[in-house]
Amino acid sequence: MFDWQWDFTWSILPRLIEATGKTLLAAGGGYLVALVLGLILALAQRTPWKPLTLVVRELVEFIRSTPLLLQVFFIYYVGPQIGLRLSPWTAGLTAIGLHYAAYLSEVYRGGIESIGKGQWEAARAINMSTAATYRRIIIPQALPPSIAGMGNYLVGIFKDTPMLSVIGVGELMHTANTIGAENYRYLEPYTLVGLIFLAISLPAAWLVRRFEAATRRRLGLSK
Amino acid sequence: MTDKTIHYPLKLEGPDVPMVRFMNVSKRYGDLVVLDRLDLDVAAGEMVTIIGPSGSGKTTVLRMIMTLEKIDEGVIYIDGEPLTHMEKNGKLVRANQAHMRKMRSKIGMCFQHFNLFPHMTALENCMEGPVQVLGISKDEARERAMELLEMVGMAEKSDQHPSRLSGGQQQRVAIARALAMRPKVMLFDEVTSALDPEVINEVTTVIRNLVDQHSLTMLMVTHQIGFAREISDRICFFFGGRIEEQGPPTDLLDEPQEDRTQQFLSAVFDAN
Repeated sequence: MFDWQWDFTWSILPRLIEATGKTLLAAGGGYLVALVLGLILALAQRTPWKPLTLVVRELVEFIRSTPLLLQVFFIYYVGPQIGLRLSPWTAGLTAIGLHYAAYLSEVYRGGIESIGKGQWEAARAINMSTAATYRRIIIPQALPPSIAGMGNYLVGIFKDTPMLSVIGVGELMHTANTIGAENYRYLEPYTLVGLIFLAISLPAAWLVRRFEAATRRRLGLSK
Repeated sequence: MTDKTIHYPLKLEGPDVPMVRFMNVSKRYGDLVVLDRLDLDVAAGEMVTIIGPSGSGKTTVLRMIMTLEKIDEGVIYIDGEPLTHMEKNGKLVRANQAHMRKMRSKIGMCFQHFNLFPHMTALENCMEGPVQVLGISKDEARERAMELLEMVGMAEKSDQHPSRLSGGQQQRVAIARALAMRPKVMLFDEVTSALDPEVINEVTTVIRNLVDQHSLTMLMVTHQIGFAREISDRICFFFGGRIEEQGPPTDLLDEPQEDRTQQFLSAVFDAN
């Protein structure tokens, strides 16, 4: 039924493997942005200053309620009109980082809110500052229950990198499209892209589960 | 501070400055009055126990001293200095964070549910404050923490996480953690209420030794009348956010003057 050509497959493999590196770079870079920005968004919603909380809350809701693809287009094509001229890579990482930061901030928020009032009061009773309480008491305990959610979004951000192909980031999907257009053959490149995604996603999900268990053990939180 | 007729000094001075002074302190949650213009002095080195029915404001008194609750009216002084307020241009204004942090260093507290840090061992729990807050070196903090764990009989379990300890053991570690900060005032908030009956003694023994061997000022909220009688210098019976009656344990427990005190005590003794 399929006309699978092995010669063609082998000939395009090096280009796809090279593009895999770029995909991983996009996913890793975007995730890094999301991890840091997400924590800032989560903590900003917990300040006593209500206007900030409200603005950040709405921002997070806005980002979560609009498609990533639209955000990618918006930053890349509309950005220059407001003086924001970004390369495809920078625009792509900004969009995907910001998008996932909104999701991760909810994961962090859930983790932080799962820590009981007693821990805050105990920290207050030994006269810890708010910053030290977050750093030493709250975040270490909020981390293990958040790892599963954080890991899901790591795999999610990886699978969403093809969205960046639309603004010309030379990742896997973009490369597969190019190969297809050059050779009028789409079966092999797209199949390989699928297999490569699978080969990375599955072990990654497994590693996340291992990491969660290891973190719990290290913090003495597993019974 | 709505009552203009009361003069709140900027500082308490004189030979008999109490370690803790509540002056006209009120606290409300909406319509519910938790504390009603409370005056209470605790002398340095005194052990005062607060008893009373639930909702009478006993725990609130301790939580206010630990700055876990804001007060609506009045001033609390610790060691002669205002806790809830601070001096600004010769007037008392609400304390800011920096002032409260300075004052909080004089106060330690143990909670009903221990609230140990679950991701740290017993030893690390006792080192956290000294290292992070007081800036003491880790070696010195470890040595001091081990001494305190020894004192509460928990040295052998110092490397255990709280999840591996019984309630009585956790509470003893919590007492060591509070003492590691070298407070002048110790607050015990129903520290035996969450414990199984057979381990209550481990904790009361530790507190009894503290009373015998140290000059700490202590405030304790408890339902254990027998224990209160044994170790308190004074017992305050709270009712409706006020002190209904107070006095030495023998006077208050054996010859209560007020009807409400009598009713409360006979209900407690009947239950036991």
